[in-house]
Amino acid sequence: MSGPALRLALEIDGDGAHPAAWRRAAHSPDQLLSPRRLARVAAAAENAGFTLLTLDDGALPPGAGPDVVGRIGAVERAAFIAASTSVVGIAPVVPPTYAEPFHVSSQLASLDHISAGRAGWVVSEETRPEAASVWGRPLVDGDAARARESRDGVEVVRDLWDSWEDDAVIRSVATSRYLDRDRLHYVDFTGDTYTVKGPAIVPRPPQGQLVVFGSPDRVPGDQLDVALVEGRDLAAVTASASAAGTPRTFAEVEIALDTADATAEERVADLEEHGSWSDRGRLRHIGSAAGLAALLGELRGVVDGVRLHPLVLDEDLPELSRLVLPHLFERRHAVRPLPGASLRTHLGLDRPANRYAAAAAQEDAR
Amino acid sequence: MTRTDPLDVPRPDARLHFGVFFQGVNHWTVWSDPASGSQIDPANFRRVAQTAERGLFDAFFLGEGLRLREVDGQIHDLDVAGRPDAITQLAALAAVTDRIGLVSTSNTTFNEAPDLARRLSGLDLLSEGRAGWNVVTTDNAWTGANFRRGGYLDHADRYRRAEEFLTVARAIWDSWEDAAVSDSADAPSWAAPGAVRQVRHQGPQFDVDLAPTLPRSAQGHPVIFQAGDSGEGRDFAARNADVIFSAHGNDFDDALAFADDLRRRLRAVGRPEDDLRILPGTEIIIGATEEEALEKKRWIRLQQVTPATALGIAGLLWGIDLSGRDADGPLPKEDPVAAENDGSFGARRIADPRQVVAEWREKADANRWSLRETVIALGPQRGHVGTPEGLADKFAHFVRHGAVDGFNVTPYLIPDGLDDIVDHLVPALQERGVYRTDYTGTTLREHLDLREPLTHRTTTDRRRAG
Ligand SMILES: Cc1cc2nc3c(=O)[nH]c(=O)nc-3n(C[C@H](O)[C@H](O)[C@H](O)COP(=O)(O)O)c2cc1C
Repeated sequence: MSGPALRLALEIDGDGAHPAAWRRAAHSPDQLLSPRRLARVAAAAENAGFTLLTLDDGALPPGAGPDVVGRIGAVERAAFIAASTSVVGIAPVVPPTYAEPFHVSSQLASLDHISAGRAGWVVSEETRPEAASVWGRPLVDGDAARARESRDGVEVVRDLWDSWEDDAVIRSVATSRYLDRDRLHYVDFTGDTYTVKGPAIVPRPPQGQLVVFGSPDRVPGDQLDVALVEGRDLAAVTASASAAGTPRTFAEVEIALDTADATAEERVADLEEHGSWSDRGRLRHIGSAAGLAALLGELRGVVDGVRLHPLVLDEDLPELSRLVLPHLFERRHAVRPLPGASLRTHLGLDRPANRYAAAAAQEDAR
Repeated sequence: MTRTDPLDVPRPDARLHFGVFFQGVNHWTVWSDPASGSQIDPANFRRVAQTAERGLFDAFFLGEGLRLREVDGQIHDLDVAGRPDAITQLAALAAVTDRIGLVSTSNTTFNEAPDLARRLSGLDLLSEGRAGWNVVTTDNAWTGANFRRGGYLDHADRYRRAEEFLTVARAIWDSWEDAAVSDSADAPSWAAPGAVRQVRHQGPQFDVDLAPTLPRSAQGHPVIFQAGDSGEGRDFAARNADVIFSAHGNDFDDALAFADDLRRRLRAVGRPEDDLRILPGTEIIIGATEEEALEKKRWIRLQQVTPATALGIAGLLWGIDLSGRDADGPLPKEDPVAAENDGSFGARRIADPRQVVAEWREKADANRWSLRETVIALGPQRGHVGTPEGLADKFAHFVRHGAVDGFNVTPYLIPDGLDDIVDHLVPALQERGVYRTDYTGTTLREHLDLREPLTHRTTTDRRRAG
């Protein structure tokens, strides 16, 4: 298969995709939540040439029993990373199931300002019933109810990003007006379970709208910029990608690579003694760097990008940056992000016009 | 002013603490100046925070307002507006600063305790013990229109919710034992068994049963600030806060009375008198000479109180729409209309407009002031004006007499408004021995010279007693 070059994303939550990844990490467990560790991973991934970093999250501990139970909020980590990197895109996972959409909108818009237009949002769900107690809200029960909260959440967050037109700050010294109030808009959102007045308190994000990622099974395709598609093999990924109906698609790929110290198989087997790497129905590559490069080459033309979930960050990221990404860049099977460009630009997405400004322009034209 | 003899004062060794308050929505930021930069550009937040850090400030503060201000049902368009989410912005600053405290104003009404506690903990860990939380309560249904719950809490309940909120937050912050996380990958589990306690709380405002996700930071947990001036607010501070962010920092006698009042309240709840730092918000205007400083103040006031702003402020006092009138002319002839609620938010409530207007008329007549000049002269008198040396003497006097512990400086210009203070006032204070010459600790709690968190003290005390 051939096609346009892929965009590469990396999930960097915790120590890796395996619940017991912390046992093979290059640092002691109590360093996992340190800022130095976070900055180091982000720098390594940016230098390797990833277009996007994602950070998983949820209100509940990431693991249970013997594994990692600590996690700093994804938005806070993303903001920290944004200030310590310069090119790579950053997308925290934020589930709108119980959260306040007004806060979510402000936090993500702020992240876009902080990163000068490099921010995205991975929409997820809080599926465990205990999450309701964390939020002090009634249980959002069942797939349909969670989908409703996601749909309403994404809609109002997007409404709020448009509630300031790009040029709402006018600084008109002659009239003493800082704002043009006609360029600020009440969103007057009415969802199934709540209403939001608006406008936002954060001016429109640099990208206009952040890049919204999510599963097309969970969030309506017309609310997503990028569908995160799953499937255990190429055929399944191809089918999901062509059904997604979103401007862009990224395939979810779990990986474990051979290293100088151990084969990928051995590394997985070692961690499987402590717990299992549960099958989420995603592509999985356990083997050589060359094999992964070949697989990614095959995904060109099927999807626009891939999101890699490494078994253990400290072991797989060096292999990715030494062997896999350079190979892909060299053959133009993937591209590095350019300094100074927005995440939208990196993904070939237009900057959306503000809906109110667009409506006003149309009105003028009549 | 003469130099204070340091030995002849109640607190000869007192040190002044500075914070910087990056103002969000207000008419004190002079946005019309050509040197005035963006209120949202991250470079400006970084510049102010790094300047403050160069000046050995304790903290960088962000305020909060969760709905754009309105006057008579219309979005207020005269003042700077539009700001980032505080914790998100501060988490970014954690990456580009080393020592300065990072304080988020976050309200207890339109947040949920477990969520906010976690976000603040995250900031505390990312900054390695530099986070602070300025606890504010929001009491208007109008802000609630942006939230799932809507406007639901009446005035009387807001401090009750704040108190329960803090109880839950502290339980979450204290739920991990120190050194809960193993230091070896070969340990049986990532966190030591039993080192993370489930938090269960049932009360009128919160019903939670959760497994917290974060360890303690280098300073235990975020430093608690409080901003609110009512008796209820001060009592809340006396029971809970490490620092109070007050509005009593202009006049020495007023500041001292406020500080004495707080010390009384601290004694009443069994806390040491020196347990709470008092940092009033203040503007500082510096000139090479007194005359230059006064001239600068006059110019700044005219930029802050534009004709339109003067008419807006007077309009609120009169209860009449004065837009379109001549601000540089005489005061309105009409009598004020006493309005119960004028539909304006973010404005000061005026107890007796008739009396205030009578006073304004009298002073304006006597001094031949225009309406705008009257608004400037008789509006809230804020801040301190003078030479670096004069201000240093004055501030030494304030702090050595226990009227304040420092100031939360509100620069009138972004991003350069702090430069004068750091370059000229700070050295003058250092010369007088009332300001640190280096950071001696790494955490905000250490900068403020605070004891350990209140909850930790009670456990220690209990352990000692038991
Ligand atoms: C110096 C100072 C700063 C404040 N900053 C904020 C703020 O940034 N956001 C906010 O919502 N309220 C702020 N407040 C308002 C208080 O939290 C509180 O709601 C208000 O003072 C009314 O409470 P009270 O009746 O106890 O004074 C501030 C108050 C003071 C005195």
